[in-house]
Amino acid sequence: MANLKLKDVGKAYGGTVEVLKDINLDIKQGELIVFVGPSGCGKSTLLRMIAGLEKITTGTLEIDDLMVNDVPPAQRGIAMVFQSYALYPHMTVRDNMSFALKIAKKSRDEIDAAVNKAAKILQLEPYLDRLPKALSGGQRQRVAIGRSIVRDPKVYLFDEPLSNLDAALRVATRIEIAQLKESMPESTMVYVTHDQVEAMTLASRIVVLANKGIAQVGSPLDLYERPENEFVAQFIGSPAMNLLPGEIIGTGAQTTVKMADGGTAVSNVPTTDADMGLAVNVGARPEDMVAAEGNALFEGKVNIVEALGEVTVLYFEPAGAADPVIAKLPGIQHDMRGKSVRLTADPSKVHLFSNGQSLLYR
Amino acid sequence: MHPAIQGIITIVLGVGGCVGYFYFSNLILDKVIFPASGSNIGRNINRANLIRPWLFLGPAFLALGLYLAYPVYETMRLSLIDRDAGNAFVGLANYKQMVGEPKFWEALRNNFLWLLIVPAAATAFGLLAAQLTDRISWGNLAKSLIFMPMAISFVGAGVIWKLVYETRPADAEQIGILNALYIYFGGTDPQTWLTIPFWNNFFLMIVLVWIQTGFAMVILSAAIRGIPEDTIEAAIIDGAGPFQIFFKIKVPQIMGTILVVWTTVTLVVLKVFDIVFAMTNGQWETQVLANYMFDKLFRANDWGIGSASAMVIMLLVTPILVWNVVNARRELR
Repeated sequence: MANLKLKDVGKAYGGTVEVLKDINLDIKQGELIVFVGPSGCGKSTLLRMIAGLEKITTGTLEIDDLMVNDVPPAQRGIAMVFQSYALYPHMTVRDNMSFALKIAKKSRDEIDAAVNKAAKILQLEPYLDRLPKALSGGQRQRVAIGRSIVRDPKVYLFDEPLSNLDAALRVATRIEIAQLKESMPESTMVYVTHDQVEAMTLASRIVVLANKGIAQVGSPLDLYERPENEFVAQFIGSPAMNLLPGEIIGTGAQTTVKMADGGTAVSNVPTTDADMGLAVNVGARPEDMVAAEGNALFEGKVNIVEALGEVTVLYFEPAGAADPVIAKLPGIQHDMRGKSVRLTADPSKVHLFSNGQSLLYR
Repeated sequence: MHPAIQGIITIVLGVGGCVGYFYFSNLILDKVIFPASGSNIGRNINRANLIRPWLFLGPAFLALGLYLAYPVYETMRLSLIDRDAGNAFVGLANYKQMVGEPKFWEALRNNFLWLLIVPAAATAFGLLAAQLTDRISWGNLAKSLIFMPMAISFVGAGVIWKLVYETRPADAEQIGILNALYIYFGGTDPQTWLTIPFWNNFFLMIVLVWIQTGFAMVILSAAIRGIPEDTIEAAIIDGAGPFQIFFKIKVPQIMGTILVVWTTVTLVVLKVFDIVFAMTNGQWETQVLANYMFDKLFRANDWGIGSASAMVIMLLVTPILVWNVVNARRELR
């Protein structure tokens, strides 16, 4: 149960290959922080640095106001759940869970009490005397979590704990982790994933990592509704947010943008007279796109239709754009293929980016 | 004819004969005996495929039968007859005579000593070497050096170590390193190490340990590499120190491989002959079973007792061999 403070933390391999730099982050007690980012962005490295499995090259890491850069992992008061479970294959579930306590020379009674309590929370009681190989993937992951719980750590670290599970189990285990967090509201957790559904559903705050640093930190809906930059805008939400070029032609409390292909967009993002004529990218999420009555933000011919029943996803291939424009219309839409469609979005849901940064955060 | 040419001809004939055997025997099976044509084509193909495995296994069966199964049978027969009495069947008389000889019990005792110490020492040193060379930059060089004795024949190793234990008169310079060190550290009279009963057994064992450590190291090193890294990281986070990680996390995970190495070395030990033969020839109470057998069979020309001791060795080897194969198979799975 602790605060975590990362100050200017950086990581370089061999002094030359820099993977992370200038990471500043305050994690408060009781938070569940999720690190997300594209593969190779260093999110696992950052977690391993918190765990003490990787050396911190620059900057400091504090747990409860104590600098722990050079404190060995076991003394940091952290526990980690690995992607591959990392159970000791030659030990029973009980021995796996009690290993750390035995190393710490705890008394027999204390160990038994801790293991039984964790087993009860995780419904592992019937399996305590089994070897890991006799367990299913979900059960193994629960044992790995149990191994963390018995240590009663200040900080729980999860390194993509669900990615080795199949889709159904992943959902079930995700909910279990959410319940676990709820049952231990005081505990601090740091969770790494590349799955944004996990991030959105579990996190109290999400840290989006990109380009060796933090792209944005915020609550899940904050990131969704008010992304700071194009990267976060496109990374959070699926399919990704559409970005279309345009030029500001009207400023004030509402901003009007003339789109490059002729349409007009209106956004609630305020601008000043100085912004007149500024080249911007207009962002609108596929699910915010609606059929236009008057002004169209975008007009195009439907290229591909994905009818999912609940929604219909339309793909457009605008001339000269690298990515398709996508619109997600509610319900079932018939005979859309090849049809010319005019789309717009509510001004409150239209984002404006200049040079990759949102105009909302100036 | 030049021997090199003879050698080449032998190789060509041997390899060509093998290729020819497999090619033509299959050809005859498919074209002549069960031709894949005509009205019975389906039945013929099935029958040909039933016979084919035996074509491939045949030569191996024949060779193993002739050079393995038959000698076992013949040894057993020889151990039950007396050649001097006109090959008369004498029952277990040879065995009785053998167990009456103190030299046999000495050999058996020494074999058990070897059995207790050499596999344990070779496996332990191999494990140590494998662990210590795992993560260092010059680990591969160290491994090559430790592995090198494996390339030396047992007799060659025996000669090398005989020089290590060499004794020169007290006033001469000691060329054996053990005596040289002994004198250097204050010993007065150079020792004849290989004639000191009981302890000389251990001086011989060192030679085999020296050879087998490399083997154990290579196999165990591969096993250590195969241990999932995260189980070690998890142990680090759980607070285990280097020794606890080694003994409680690493060793248990490679226990199967350790057993295979152990039993394999045990098999080598049970058959140990060359080292003893080259270094002491069983004198000064260093006799072992294989050398005892050789003495009886080819020196004393006593085929009965020689064969009887051979049977004893086989009896000792068989259960360990079976266990070894079972373990190795389990490892493969």
